[in-house]
Amino acid sequence: MRRLHAVAAAAVALLLIVVASTGALLSLQPALNRVAYPAVTPGVSVAQLADAVAARHVRVDAIRIGRDGAATATFNDGAGRETEVIDPRSGAGLGAYTPSAFFRFVADLHRSLLMGEGGRVAVALTALGLLALCLSGFALLARSLGGAAKMFRPIRGDRTRRLHGEIGRFALTGLLVSSLTGALLAAITFDLIPSSDRAAPDVSASGGKPAPIRALSGLAAVDVVDLKALKFAGASGVFQMRSDAGEATVDAANGAVLSFVETAPEGRMEQWALALHGAHGLWAFALMLGLCSAGAPVLGATGFLLWRRRRGHGVGVQENAPAEDADTIVFVGSENNATWGFARALARALAGENFRVHVAAMNEVGPCHVRAKRWLVLTSTYGDGAAPASAQKFLERLARLEGRIPVAVLGFGDRNFPQFCGYAQRVAEMFDERGWASLLPMKRIDRRSPQEFAQWARGLGDALGCALVVEHIAERPGTQELELIGRDLYGEAVGAPVAILRFAAPDLPDFEAGDLLAVQPPDGDMPRFYSLASSTRDGMAEICVRLQHGGLCSTFLHGLAPGDRIAAFVRHNPAFRPAQGVAPLILIGAGAGIAPLAGFVRANRDGRPVHLYWGGRSPASDFLYEHELAQSLAERRLTCFRPAFSRCEGAPAYVQDRVAADAHSLRALIAEEAQILVCGGRDMAQAVRETLDRIVRPLGLDLATLRSHGRYLEDVF
Amino acid sequence: MKRALPALAATAVFVVPTLAQARNVTLETTLKPYGGNGAYVALYLTDAAGKYKGTLWMAGEKSKYYRHLSDWARASGARPAEIDGITGASVGSGKTLKISVDLADALIDAGYKIHVDTSVEDGMDNPSEVVAPLDTASSGKILAGDGYVKSFKVTF
Repeated sequence: MRRLHAVAAAAVALLLIVVASTGALLSLQPALNRVAYPAVTPGVSVAQLADAVAARHVRVDAIRIGRDGAATATFNDGAGRETEVIDPRSGAGLGAYTPSAFFRFVADLHRSLLMGEGGRVAVALTALGLLALCLSGFALLARSLGGAAKMFRPIRGDRTRRLHGEIGRFALTGLLVSSLTGALLAAITFDLIPSSDRAAPDVSASGGKPAPIRALSGLAAVDVVDLKALKFAGASGVFQMRSDAGEATVDAANGAVLSFVETAPEGRMEQWALALHGAHGLWAFALMLGLCSAGAPVLGATGFLLWRRRRGHGVGVQENAPAEDADTIVFVGSENNATWGFARALARALAGENFRVHVAAMNEVGPCHVRAKRWLVLTSTYGDGAAPASAQKFLERLARLEGRIPVAVLGFGDRNFPQFCGYAQRVAEMFDERGWASLLPMKRIDRRSPQEFAQWARGLGDALGCALVVEHIAERPGTQELELIGRDLYGEAVGAPVAILRFAAPDLPDFEAGDLLAVQPPDGDMPRFYSLASSTRDGMAEICVRLQHGGLCSTFLHGLAPGDRIAAFVRHNPAFRPAQGVAPLILIGAGAGIAPLAGFVRANRDGRPVHLYWGGRSPASDFLYEHELAQSLAERRLTCFRPAFSRCEGAPAYVQDRVAADAHSLRALIAEEAQILVCGGRDMAQAVRETLDRIVRPLGLDLATLRSHGRYLEDVF
Repeated sequence: MKRALPALAATAVFVVPTLAQARNVTLETTLKPYGGNGAYVALYLTDAAGKYKGTLWMAGEKSKYYRHLSDWARASGARPAEIDGITGASVGSGKTLKISVDLADALIDAGYKIHVDTSVEDGMDNPSEVVAPLDTASSGKILAGDGYVKSFKVTF
């Protein structure tokens, strides 16, 4: 499906940019015409209008109500044939009819790329390509969001992915209408749909003296809103009148309808397609379609970036042993190739320990793989527990395999998704059901954490009887030198030293509060990630670091003095960020987890209601950000602050106790669409989750629902 | 452009036994710069009694639009055989259509007339907007139509 999406996009990209942008321009036309020409309203008969126009001219040839909404009359008063705009109620002349040459040019570009018949074919194929893009794009988006019923959930991912998804979701309906009707019109133009546009039968006029037009019953019976064109009788003695319903001939002497040819069903289909595609007379709808079309080039650009990124990861594995004589098979389930990087690192490390390793996509699983001694299955999850692209056929194929060999499953995912590593879980269960031995219990890796991966690999090494050291960082951007410019130490007295560290650099990278600062420890070990409490706008990068007993990086950071430098880079963390808008925020954290929350408060310049719950040990020792938060309360960047201390005199409490005590007011906030962001340790997060779940139950909600709507976010370490 | 006219040659009136009995006639139709899509133009002959005798040229290739060349359609019955082999592209705004045909001597100065029907999509239909006599006396005379034809000229 993804391949179809990419191939269709590549095939029509350039043409689509031309066709979509001209389409967007043309969408302005109905609105402009609505202003330029008086509206055709019911209540006037064709006979009345024709009579009024005829009274002003020597000879009138035709009256027309064009698709552009203009009522026009073609006449000849002796100075050659002219066409004027008329008032469709009174028949008064409103000056020469001069349709915009600019829009005609744009329309030609839109229809045929100014290349005649060949251009029309190209445009028709573009419409078909767009149709394929719309349908495959819908399928992809639905899959990533966990089903068509969940199409309106927030789209996760970095800026490019969100932009692509959100514009695509918005523009889908409009582009679908445009491409479908466009393809249909092309089919009609190329006679692929038989046209039964029949000519009126030959009729002979009564030949009597022409009666006054207003007295002609055949013309009086039709309202101008239904009229498309009226050809005056002239010497033939017969009026020809075309309306949506069909084509009639009317005798100029007695007003009788001499013939009537009804519009054929295909003709009606063409009328509908034209009305929808050009949105003539429906200016607001036209502007909507135009906006959707304008989204197409943006979709093309962001789609290209996403495609290039997917390709850039590369899947080539060096020194891949043949499947037949490998002892270890590494299977990879990956949607955008990030998992391949981990698999490669693992394969390299195993090969270094003299294992014969074969790496393959999960979809390739077959009888040749069951001869190996062990399988290692590394898989991500797509959307709400679905299989990623390279694993879609895995379970089905596995069910047909005979042998049973020891297997270890490793899931890659994002804790913020309701189904964290849901697909890996399904795979592990399937192995279990079918009686495969488990080499290691299934493990989940949160957001490509290199530490968690290294830890799992160590465990694997233990199981295999070797020391397996695997280092892999999904994306290791170049680090940058940052200089420590400020340092505040808290919590020493209560045995939990936390340092607030502020770093500066001449050219800070782009980041916001809640993003992660990856700090490279001096011995070249893997970087550690810390939540940022500041944004680039603040002119410094601020983090909170809890000193871990025996922690390499935290010890290093705590030992820094102002002026010392570190090597670091920023990793964006769009999954943990307040949603845009004015809905209240409920921020809950403990210890150093206050960092991003304090950053959100700091960035709240619009007076959005923000309720902060935070747990520390003692107000005298580790009250992080005490003064800044007091100031924020005074400046109304913070609405309410409920700290809890676990080791204070009087009534010790944890943050979840404060949350539970405020159940009533929190419930009211959540009913007002409040968003909840939680940051801190695993145990605290668990306790808060249980407390909140009890709070939201009476609202008919649960955390899984809130989470799936992006209203409950966690950043847990 | 010079074309053989198989459809015409097949009809009795136009039979030209040898070239000596035929005359080469050039028809030049220049359109006004009306600024729209290409115009459909039909050139055809009627006899002294006004009866349709045959088509000389059809500019415009989609038969479903031919009914807008209403005089031609009515007179010829819009049968495909009438224009088989003598059809070309529609004529753009401000452009000239120049064709030459070999016509039997018997048709010239015998009351025959050349009709020009024009039609443009989303524009006007102009049946017989030019009707030019096929006589040597009017050779090279410029006629104007009241629709899209700026000038029409027949030269022998």
